Amino acid sequence: MHSHDDDDHSHLTDTEARVRALESLLSEKGYLDSAAVDEIVQTYETKIGPQNGAHVVAKAWCNPEFNAWLKDDATAAIHSLGYTSRQGEHMVAVFNSIDTHHLIVCTLCSCYPWSVLGLPPTWYKSPPFRSRAVIEPRSVLADFGLELPASTKIEVHDSTAEIRYLVIPQRPDNTESMNETDLAKLVTRNAMIGTALVKAPGATS
Amino acid sequence: MNGGADLGGMMGFGPVIEEENEPNFHAPWEARVLGMTVALGACGLWNIDQSRYARESMQPADYMKSSYYHVWLHGISSLLKDRGMITDDELVAGKQLQPAVAIKRKLLPQDVHAVLMAGGPANREQTGAAQFKVGDRVRTMNTHPTTHTRLPRYARDKAGIISKVHGVHVFPDSSAQGLGEAPSWLYQVTFTATTLWGEDKNENDTVSLDLWQPHLRIES
Repeated sequence: MHSHDDDDHSHLTDTEARVRALESLLSEKGYLDSAAVDEIVQTYETKIGPQNGAHVVAKAWCNPEFNAWLKDDATAAIHSLGYTSRQGEHMVAVFNSIDTHHLIVCTLCSCYPWSVLGLPPTWYKSPPFRSRAVIEPRSVLADFGLELPASTKIEVHDSTAEIRYLVIPQRPDNTESMNETDLAKLVTRNAMIGTALVKAPGATS
Repeated sequence: MNGGADLGGMMGFGPVIEEENEPNFHAPWEARVLGMTVALGACGLWNIDQSRYARESMQPADYMKSSYYHVWLHGISSLLKDRGMITDDELVAGKQLQPAVAIKRKLLPQDVHAVLMAGGPANREQTGAAQFKVGDRVRTMNTHPTTHTRLPRYARDKAGIISKVHGVHVFPDSSAQGLGEAPSWLYQVTFTATTLWGEDKNENDTVSLDLWQPHLRIES
């Protein structure tokens, strides 16, 4: 398997030592302030994550004007909520429907909408997903337990430029009484990449 | 380049396995590599396209079996060495042996928030009209540059339809070589799965890519 699990303990220790040596050298030479590195890490650990995207989705479900704005100019609509950060400079929102399902990938590297989803999970950056999403999206979705009828059109978006894609999943049935804040809690990261659907509370599948 | 990073359509990597409740980082060094990669960009000695090229220039066999933060570590190490900012001797010695190279700026902790929130937009002023419009049928170039390109192998010499006009963006194929931004019209181009992968694919399915005008010509 391609993952951190390959690293035996000694390899991890080697890498840890190598990275520490590199950081200390870069600080000594005046290229890097380690406190800035701390600040960047903290930002992605605590401030920028899929809760941002979930807010965008829930707002799109509740507010027809925002929904229309998101379709027409996702960059402006998303930036209006304060989600302007890097890897979200240029946004396109794609809307799942009963007929069409969208799936986002970056076959060439790991382009991902950091501003609304945070840092990508390992599987998104790894060869199994990157190689297969474009040639056999249905079998990739099956790996996530998602089987779509052959009549549903699957649109895969390979993020080859600085345009970042956000999937707006379908709003689940029986959620009419829920407000935006509660709806946002239903929206998962995978649903906004396109490897899951959003489930109503209490739904089993 | 036809390197280890150009993975679209390859086979044999096995299933996609999701780690439940995955943390952002699996070891402290991964967080440092992420932070250093972002912070070092501020030095102004390379652009994002050059940093992608540094990563994809890793030996293909190494690239495919490395975790992504190992690839990033390779990327910054190679950029730093190529520009003479650090040397292998310094890495071994664990201390400075050569004078530092001049940088444009060092990212300070108090500026991190503003820098992250500002991002680095890739759009540029529009000069000249777009050659294509939504609905035009185009064909991608048949080209195999040894340098960085955002036109993956699987989508070369294929016919598709312009599905969106994004505006004028930095052209990474030029920018990655240090040849300037060469801003160009950027389009979303949609291909049917059967065009890309053969007649046995679902005829409803499509794959869209964002490609620049130099990647495309009109399809008669």
